[in-house]
Amino acid sequence: MDKIPILRLGNFLLVTIQVDLYDRLALNLEADLVQMVNKTNARGVLIDISAVTIVDSFMGRIIGNIASMSKILDAETVVVGMQPAVAITLIELGLPLKGVHTALDMERGMSLLKSMIDIDGEDIDQESTDDGIITQ
Amino acid sequence: MSLKTHQLLQKKKKNILELWMKNQLADEGLREDLISNDELRSQSEELVDALVSNLSSQNFTDLNSDEWSPVIEILGGIAITRARQGFSPRETGNFVFSLKEALLEVLQQEIVNDPQHLFSESLKINRLMDNLSVVTFETFIKGREEVILRQTDEIAEISTPVIRVWDGILALPIIGTLDSARTQIVMENLLQEIVETGSSIAILDISGVPAVDSLVAQHLIKTVSATRLMGAECIISGIRPEIAQTVVHLGIDLSNIITKATLASALSHSFKLMKLEVRKSTPIAKF
Repeated sequence: MDKIPILRLGNFLLVTIQVDLYDRLALNLEADLVQMVNKTNARGVLIDISAVTIVDSFMGRIIGNIASMSKILDAETVVVGMQPAVAITLIELGLPLKGVHTALDMERGMSLLKSMIDIDGEDIDQESTDDGIITQ
Repeated sequence: MSLKTHQLLQKKKKNILELWMKNQLADEGLREDLISNDELRSQSEELVDALVSNLSSQNFTDLNSDEWSPVIEILGGIAITRARQGFSPRETGNFVFSLKEALLEVLQQEIVNDPQHLFSESLKINRLMDNLSVVTFETFIKGREEVILRQTDEIAEISTPVIRVWDGILALPIIGTLDSARTQIVMENLLQEIVETGSSIAILDISGVPAVDSLVAQHLIKTVSATRLMGAECIISGIRPEIAQTVVHLGIDLSNIITKATLASALSHSFKLMKLEVRKSTPIAKF
């Protein structure tokens, strides 16, 4: 049984999909990834789909699902390297992947993740100071 | 009655050609600017040759028989070239009709004392030439349609240029109406260019789009969403007041798309997004 490796890189999880996904593989990836996010307390998930050339509505939904599940577990999802044909197909299928962040390549995806998590961090800081003011 | 009509016509081939050429040259609609007389003569000769040598008593009315295919081929070739050269349908029609006149004239000269026979043979020739002119027109129109199709393709190709206005910023001015086929081309070009240049911002300028209805708006939204999926931001610029009015009246929600009135403001917005700054250079103080 094929398995898509999930790599851990600091606070992030890195998934590069090098083969065309079939349904079972996608479902396994979804389950594995959510497990992994939970286990490692990752703050961000980066999915590289630059080698994926075929996409269907099921795949689109799985990506959406992964993003929403990670969001619940407090991790942001960034999909990088989508091929033009794949993007057009997803739009024509009516799946604009709401809630998924996208970036052109791995590098930009990584900096996007970092900036998002930094902003989150700042937000938390601000909230705590606010609390402090209220209690005073 | 010594000779059959087809034999008669074969014998009088030269006569027919001369008469036909005379008819054609006498026509005031002759287009010497499009085709030279020599060329016209060689075209006509070829056609008369093919026509007369393929005539036989049985196949007069049945154009589908194989014997006619060389004639139809030649006629089709002439019709298509004429369509491309810009002949009008009337001029192309006259080309064939004047041949009919020539044929009938020859018949009239040859069959002198048998009106019954003359009439029946003329009728046959008439029917044959009518069929041939229908074929001519079909091919002529097909030729014109090919020209139109080619032009449509060309317009589609030249009308969607993707411009690199800055390092990492692409602009795509859309001129003319956006239909689904064009949206597809625009989208493909834009996304391909985004991948190739690694740009993170695309500006879609619609100042050249005459009207925006719900369908066009849907196409725009699709393009923007596809760009976002790729990981780039898409800004729509060049929205005229009338278009803003229509969009709101139609109840189209563009609130999650960045829209700007002019290309300039879209560009300055992109600079802001990329954390770039444009400012006047301070003059070097001269002492």
